[in-house]
Amino acid sequence: MQPPPIHSWHWLDASDLQAVIDALRGEGRRVIGPKVADGAVILGDLVSVAELPTGWLDEQDGGSYRLRQDPAAGSFDHVVGPHSLKNFLFPARETLVSFAREDGVWHEQAAAPPAAPLAVLGVRGCDLAALRIQDRVFLGNGFVDEAYRSRRERLFLVAVNCRRAVATCFCHSTGCGPAVEAGFDLALTEVDGRFACEVGSEEGARVLSEAGIVDAPLSTDEAETVRRVPHDLASRMHARQATDGVPRPRSLDTHGIRDLLMANPEHPRWDDVATRCLSCTNCTLVCPTCFCASVQEVTDLTGDHVDRERQWASCFSLDHSRMHGQPTRSTTSSRYRQWLTHKFAGWIDQFGTSGCTGCGRCITWCPVGIDVTEEIAAIRATDGVTVAREEASS
Amino acid sequence: MAAHKPRLAVFKFASCDGCQLQLLEAGDRLLELAERVEIDHFLEASSRVVPGPYDVGLVEGSITTADDAERIREIRRQCRFLVSIGACATAGGIQALRNWQRVDDFVGAVYATPAYIQTLATSTGIAEHVPVDFELRGCPVDRGQLLELLSAVLWGRKPHVPGHCVCVECKARGTVCVAVAKGIACLGPVTQAGCHALCPSHDRECFGCFGPSESPNLVSLTGFYERGGASRAALVRLVRSFNGHAPAFRAESDRLEGNE
Amino acid sequence: MTMASPWPTASHIDPWQTHSTRIAAIADETEGVRSYRLRFDDAAVGDAFRFAAGQFNMLYVPGVGEAAISISSDPEDVGTLTHTVRAVGNVTDALARLTVGDQVFVRGPFGTPWPVDRVMDRDVVFVAGGLGLASQRSAILRAALPGTCRHATVLHGAKRPGELLYTGEYDAWRRAGVTVATIVDEGGPAWNGRCGLVTALLDDAIDDPARTTVLCCGPDPMMVGVAEKAIDMGVSIDAIFLSLERTMACAAAHCGLCQFGPLFVCRDGPVLRYDRIGLLMKVPRL
Ligand SMILES: Cc1cc2nc3c(=O)[nH]c(=O)nc-3n(C[C@H](O)[C@H](O)[C@H](O)COP(=O)(O)OP(=O)(O)OC[C@H]3O[C@@H](n4cnc5c(N)ncnc54)[C@H](O)[C@@H]3O)c2cc1C
Ligand code: SF4
Ligand code: SF4
Ligand code: SF4
Repeated sequence: MQPPPIHSWHWLDASDLQAVIDALRGEGRRVIGPKVADGAVILGDLVSVAELPTGWLDEQDGGSYRLRQDPAAGSFDHVVGPHSLKNFLFPARETLVSFAREDGVWHEQAAAPPAAPLAVLGVRGCDLAALRIQDRVFLGNGFVDEAYRSRRERLFLVAVNCRRAVATCFCHSTGCGPAVEAGFDLALTEVDGRFACEVGSEEGARVLSEAGIVDAPLSTDEAETVRRVPHDLASRMHARQATDGVPRPRSLDTHGIRDLLMANPEHPRWDDVATRCLSCTNCTLVCPTCFCASVQEVTDLTGDHVDRERQWASCFSLDHSRMHGQPTRSTTSSRYRQWLTHKFAGWIDQFGTSGCTGCGRCITWCPVGIDVTEEIAAIRATDGVTVAREEASS
Repeated sequence: MAAHKPRLAVFKFASCDGCQLQLLEAGDRLLELAERVEIDHFLEASSRVVPGPYDVGLVEGSITTADDAERIREIRRQCRFLVSIGACATAGGIQALRNWQRVDDFVGAVYATPAYIQTLATSTGIAEHVPVDFELRGCPVDRGQLLELLSAVLWGRKPHVPGHCVCVECKARGTVCVAVAKGIACLGPVTQAGCHALCPSHDRECFGCFGPSESPNLVSLTGFYERGGASRAALVRLVRSFNGHAPAFRAESDRLEGNE
Repeated sequence: MTMASPWPTASHIDPWQTHSTRIAAIADETEGVRSYRLRFDDAAVGDAFRFAAGQFNMLYVPGVGEAAISISSDPEDVGTLTHTVRAVGNVTDALARLTVGDQVFVRGPFGTPWPVDRVMDRDVVFVAGGLGLASQRSAILRAALPGTCRHATVLHGAKRPGELLYTGEYDAWRRAGVTVATIVDEGGPAWNGRCGLVTALLDDAIDDPARTTVLCCGPDPMMVGVAEKAIDMGVSIDAIFLSLERTMACAAAHCGLCQFGPLFVCRDGPVLRYDRIGLLMKVPRL
């Protein structure tokens, strides 16, 4: 069968989507997708379209996430949950290298064979933006992280155009969504119980033909209507209109944001947020772009075998800035400043892009509902105010 | 490494033995340990006792009697590296709830001949009595952390026992937050990690078994739960349990009760 | 989306690549400080390992961990590396327990070098607090070669006379035309040198500020003091370079631990020009 051309559009129904999943699994991929578990839409191993969260909607706000059933809801009307691509491409723990001692001599062990290639279903515009950002961190800064690269290069992405946003979404402010523009193999837009599927890459075309889907193209009119779906949502988000009764989406004024934050390291808002912030790390760990990590020696009691294990780290923990036994960022105020200033300002210097995609995870999953958009707005409103400096240098 | 095998001793004070069981149930790894160290005092495991001094002493349990307070001083003298293990040894344990009551009232209510009972008015951790080289938290301690500590001591490196909170472990294992997704008042954000988020991964709140994390902000957390509908009484019960007498938790339950 | 390797495959740098070395010699420098001469197990790797003065390696003791340590030897000494290390904790204590012939793993070199190849017509003033001199030794050896700079000065401060580093080499440096001056916080009865802060030595060391480059390594407050004084004396802010220390796990701008404002100390530093960091260094707890 001739694979369909890139950027062609095709109608899929649930059984076609199943055929795509089967085709991906058939070529040895681990397929990951959204499913309901423990009161949330998580990302987990997906075998069947029946596992998709069809009929479920999420409502999110600062420190709050609730699922509810809605017969009108499609399979992808939920938005992003607690997990992201980061959980799979930059896992919370992984062994980077192992060493073994034989006859008193240490040898670096051969790396374990790479795990099965991944295919992820249901990836949103903000997820793709986060992926582009992590690519710059792990692949594009002069050093290449081999573990990340091996997973990244073999990744197959089935993206989804959002047609609904929740109150913590602000991708329209960051320019990362809701429409998926590029960087996917296939992209779905859900319309009346069917999926309009755009082919984004040769790999996507190949898998589609593998799944036996080649000749259900959309008419020009249909394609036009489908393309409008995420853009209509974007307009509503810009107008800050609520979708289906949920509180209206947040927004963020990103104008001059780098200079704003760089110029306010001693703003009183840092102390204010520190009275609320728990330094619990949740915001950094759910953030799809945060990349900090520490490396631990994992030894057995014989001491003849060592795994060097990389583990997620967070600028909210004291170990992150520990030097000479003391944390440099000893206060929650300085740690919150590090998080916000790095994400929205320092990142631009480091990687030529903001570290924030507007996904809203850090707002939802903060146990006390601290909201980055609100903190930044507060600093912007009182730009230049400082607290009296009590010491000349750290 | 020392030329002789390091000598290990395990001691018990007021406690349930659960922490010692973590070591006893370590299976193959206990055998590995036994090859590396001389286990010279571990009454829970063997009646063979070789007198001190010891290289490493593990102490379970809290100090609740005058005799205990004397015995721990002697143990300190016998142990080069002394580790208190578990909530009892590090913070007085659940029995430290007595610290908020009059012990004489309990003694009078429970025992036929109160005069036979000799007990201190409080239950306190080991470090309140003698200097301790390392405190390993948990109710009970985590076997992985205990073995990590022992291998670190054996191999002369710094043990990896982080002071960050339980939420780090929830996120690492992908557990959905019960506080955010279910509105359950969870102590995880202010509790030190070590349990691998056992309770949240079973849909329950964190009960604070590993004591306060490195920089706990209890006032903000309980305030948020209170605004979400939790009662002060329930929050006091949550904060005042296995590690209720640890300073940060103690201060918060007192504050919530209006005693501060 | 699946990718057809948009990043160069052959020339990419894997930061976790380690090399096995043996300790060829150990020299006791001062109390708790030893220099380790490391020889690569694989001679070909040793020949290919090139670094610039001021760069650092991650030294790895299996089962214990890694530490960032400056390379103190002459970059022209191909095949061996010297590291001067103070035993202060986990890894550095483990290094102190090793002996000649023991194995140490190295990955590197990482970081920015001292600008010693751009100072031909300038006076170079090295200012080192304590062990900071270890990060400067290789650059001092370059500066001592004829034609590298107009004149080189080494100003070295320490807490006590016994903590002055590389004292046995000062005569050789002086014979090569380098001015060496020392100062200590607390001299003690046997000390007949100067007492005070290393900044006090700048007055005599800088006589043509417009043609002077200052290279400084030491504790943060000391470096700020040196830089500010040099600026007051007329040295241009872009002719002042500091070498920063931050704890790091990867040395490849991946782990994020060494971030200092928008900078990764491992990649953008450790040697940084003062105009890039002066303001940041005055922000408490950054
Ligand atoms: C670019 C660069 C170059 C460097 N060059 C050199 C060099 O040439 N020579 C050199 O000797 N060093 C150098 N350092 C510093 C060196 O990296 C650190 O000293 C080293 O990483 C310490 O590691 P460690 O594992 O031995 O100590 P750690 O165990 O990490 O301890 C570090 C410090 O913290 C203290 N400490 C640790 N844990 C605690 C605790 N729980 N409570 C209280 N105090 C604690 C220790 O006492 C010690 O002072 C350099 C650093 C950088 C970034
Ligand atoms: S900072 Fe918050 S909103 Fe932005 S990408 Fe990270 S988690 Fe999402
Ligand atoms: S902002 Fe929220 S999630 Fe982040 S550390 Fe503070 S309390 Fe935790
Ligand atoms: S369930 Fe509890 S411990 Fe886990 S992330 Fe939520 S608040 Fe933290």
